[in-house]
Amino acid sequence: MLLQIFFAFATLSLVAVGGATAVLPEMHRLLVVVHGWLDDATFTQLFGLAQAAPGPNILAASIMGWRIAGLGGMAVATLGMLLPAAILAWYVAGATHRMRGASWLKPAQFGLVPIAVGLIAASGITLARASTTDWLTVVILVASFLFVWRTNRSPLWVLAGGGALGFLLL
Amino acid sequence: MSDATTPPTRLGLFLGYGKMGLLGFGGVAAWSRYVVVEDKRWMTEREYAEVLGLGQILPGPNVGNTAIMIGRRFHGLPGALLATGGLYSGPLCILMMLALFYDNFGQEPGVAQAMQGIAVAAAGMVVATALKMGQNLRPPPELIAVGLAAVIAAAFLRLPLLLVVAILAPLGIWLSVRRAFGEAK
Repeated sequence: MLLQIFFAFATLSLVAVGGATAVLPEMHRLLVVVHGWLDDATFTQLFGLAQAAPGPNILAASIMGWRIAGLGGMAVATLGMLLPAAILAWYVAGATHRMRGASWLKPAQFGLVPIAVGLIAASGITLARASTTDWLTVVILVASFLFVWRTNRSPLWVLAGGGALGFLLL
Repeated sequence: MSDATTPPTRLGLFLGYGKMGLLGFGGVAAWSRYVVVEDKRWMTEREYAEVLGLGQILPGPNVGNTAIMIGRRFHGLPGALLATGGLYSGPLCILMMLALFYDNFGQEPGVAQAMQGIAVAAAGMVVATALKMGQNLRPPPELIAVGLAAVIAAAFLRLPLLLVVAILAPLGIWLSVRRAFGEAK
């Protein structure tokens, strides 16, 4: 069982270009439809919980592993999700280090930057659309955007402010 | 912004990644850049962006991939393990506590509202971070177009990210390499 969980998440790990939200449909297919380890409602609830909590969204895998098979399940789900991608990243980092003298390497890497930055913007826009429900949330959104864009102060202020305003006024 | 950077100690690497993990509401991408480039200044905007570009097209969480690569760059295998451990251990504990109480958690008055306020603020932060990176990096117009195409494809057309990356990565690399060698002539 634990081995099965490990391989399910390891498979997900290697197709997870773009992180957890990108593999959500495939994760649902494997865990709910193929293996029947979780029902629909639990799957959705756990994913929502992982989104609301701080930290990498990929931890959704850990929490689902825990629900499926306790602490052992959490350990193998987390390792399955992280290990293959981490090993790949390790060797790619080594390869770029070895080729650091190549004149085409820096420009080639820089060619990927707009995609990374664009996808960060896209995730922010998706998050904004899902979380703005009335004028007050739009005000918080714009204020947070301007604060982080125009100042170098810690973004913690806007998260704290957003949480406090939400608690008091929403 | 000055370009002076200071490499992290092993402890600094662990704590810096711990900070990103614990504060990373709505994903850790924005906090990762803030800690590495603005707060601790381990790398310049450009150096960080190059690592992030690779982390993005590799499978797996992009910040998790950059944790491995940045940890390796400064402290080899121990660095990669410390950065990764810092990134995941804190949030994992929080998530376990939430999961233990999650039947009650959402019902507490004000909790859902506060979480929504945080989510909205985090969304503003994430968009602003992308804009800031774009401004600091000053990519040439054709690469700005690639970035905007990524935004439209992912946020508005909702295309699978694997498809977006498979199409735009070769295009971005080709445009960027072509410009570099075109200028060198």
